[in-house]
Amino acid sequence: MYVAVKGGEKAIANAHRLLADRRRGDRSLPGLTIAQIIAQLGLAVDRVMAEASLYDPSLAALALKQARGDMIEAIFLLRAYRTTLPRFGTSVPLETGRMQVERRVSATYKDLPGGQLLGPTFDYTHRLLDPDLLDETADVEAPARRAGETEAVMRVSDILDGEGLIEPDGEMPDDHVPGDLTREPMEFPMPRDLRLQALARGDEGFLLALGYSTQRGYGRTHPFVGEIRMGLVEVEFEVPELGLTLSLGEIRITECQMVNQFKGSAKAPPQFTRGYGLVFGQSERKAMSMSLVDRALRTSEFGEDVTAPAQDEEFVISHCDNVQATGFVEHLKLPHYVDFQAELDLVRRMRARHKPAEETTEHEEAAE
Amino acid sequence: MSAPDTRPAPGQDSAGETELAAYNFAYLDEQTKRMIRRAILKAIAIPGYQVPFASREMPMPYGWGTGGVQVTAAIIGPEDVLKVIDQGADDTTNAVSIRAFFQKVAAVRATTHTADATIIQTRHRIPEHTLQEGQVLVYQVPIPEPLRFLEPRETETRKMHALEEYGLMHVKLYEDIARHGRIATTYAYPVKVHGRYVMDPSPTPKFDNPKMHRSEALQLFGAGREKRIYAVPPHTDVVSLDFEDHPFEVQQFDRPCALCGATHVYLDEVVLDDRGGRMFVCSDTDYCETRQAEGHVGEMLATTATDREAAE
Repeated sequence: MYVAVKGGEKAIANAHRLLADRRRGDRSLPGLTIAQIIAQLGLAVDRVMAEASLYDPSLAALALKQARGDMIEAIFLLRAYRTTLPRFGTSVPLETGRMQVERRVSATYKDLPGGQLLGPTFDYTHRLLDPDLLDETADVEAPARRAGETEAVMRVSDILDGEGLIEPDGEMPDDHVPGDLTREPMEFPMPRDLRLQALARGDEGFLLALGYSTQRGYGRTHPFVGEIRMGLVEVEFEVPELGLTLSLGEIRITECQMVNQFKGSAKAPPQFTRGYGLVFGQSERKAMSMSLVDRALRTSEFGEDVTAPAQDEEFVISHCDNVQATGFVEHLKLPHYVDFQAELDLVRRMRARHKPAEETTEHEEAAE
Repeated sequence: MSAPDTRPAPGQDSAGETELAAYNFAYLDEQTKRMIRRAILKAIAIPGYQVPFASREMPMPYGWGTGGVQVTAAIIGPEDVLKVIDQGADDTTNAVSIRAFFQKVAAVRATTHTADATIIQTRHRIPEHTLQEGQVLVYQVPIPEPLRFLEPRETETRKMHALEEYGLMHVKLYEDIARHGRIATTYAYPVKVHGRYVMDPSPTPKFDNPKMHRSEALQLFGAGREKRIYAVPPHTDVVSLDFEDHPFEVQQFDRPCALCGATHVYLDEVVLDDRGGRMFVCSDTDYCETRQAEGHVGEMLATTATDREAAE
């Protein structure tokens, strides 16, 4: 009996209904609120904002709720919203030197102006499950705060820069308009600003693995964490019509300046080089991975040989986007039976030629 | 194609703080449509050349036809009649989903009849019914670069196209013949367009390649993830690559469609039971249903009808 595969429309509607049911789960439990997600799953919200490249905690939390906690699905939802937003300009470059620092550590100096500030980090926690968290009513101690205003903290790269030990930050011509790979076609080789945009949106896990690979010898860069800082910075927008620079508000970001050894070349004296990472919200893992990969991708700039995956711009940039990657990997579950039919036919013909003639006939008779 | 409608989508004017998203006609904003149309015009001017375009993030996943959807969104107008097929069928889930998308964001008329459609978006097939002047066939393309599996680097393949350096492709086809006695490519079979660019026809079976040759319809190809658009204008030469002693040939089926009795059409194999029972039916559902309505009967149709009645 043959029943044609019909009723796609009804099947889709029913699947969506079941999905909504599973998302809500047990109705006897209160539903999650957006405010709860923002307040208590803040790092998840941060990751969604970072990889969706849209700074909006409420929408990111909504996306997480709608995606049932699936990060990449949430990132995808937020991106599909972002893509419809009009662009009316570019902000003034963020001044991370004026960050209200909540965390700031350097691995290259024991102490330095502004000090080491641990902030809210998992780093020195013991990873022991905490049964106290099972009790939702238990009180949590208020954090200790330093009295007084936060002050601007000098960047470690500026300390090195003062001695000329590190390459300069890189100059852009005054009329340089920052590229935007979500608005312009991508082309290789790519300028560093676009590459950094791709990395900032790139998948945390992918960049983590690539950064890790450079540490294990696939494109070594001899990195030191010059500095990681996390905190609030002001976003400013210049309005030429008014001759004003307006403040649009504050965003929380994580910045990582990786300091890398460089022996020098015929053109350049020995000097430290930079890898840069900047991510929305609090995500050191991502910022550090990004700065490792950024430095690795600058390999040819320093006249070094491109030998490892992390140094290969086309490879890294073409595959770091998790929304693209998940789409293409998962599209394999869409029907492919037309192409498969063509392959079936070919394999049958080739096998028929391969087999001794009499065996083929026997087999065909048996099948009938 | 008719003039784009700039009417605001419902709710667009009242877009306030509380309203999350208000979408333009056919989802994309007009600037984006203009950018895509420019890419399409360039693609038409250089048949078979892959034009980079700033592909947008669409509300369906990459790999689900985001390129085709963007092309359709850029050219569709309120007067258009849309047909969407996947594997030749109008009722496969993804075709249903894309059709529903355009009905929602563009409120266009949809059809399953090939002849009635002004725009046909497709994945993996070209309809059996010959396309006419004024129709547009929009292909969803996963990997637009025909040389990609010979050379993974975009910087290299673009150079190869620029220099018309297609030797590698011929070597690949030759190696197929040396190893298998035939060209072992059955779908996404490379073609040369207008005597210049080698082009990937998208993963349509090579059975469909001859339909592209001098078609009266405009053929547009959209690859969203790879950010490329290319085109074959009407009446353009599209020649499948081959050798004089190994000419290109399409798949032959040794039986007609079991439902409508059609021959010289592409058939899907349907597994009937676990004892090796098979039937072959038209992949193009509209073509098959139209023929059945006209009274054509395949060998299985009578028995199937009896079976169904018995089951109900």
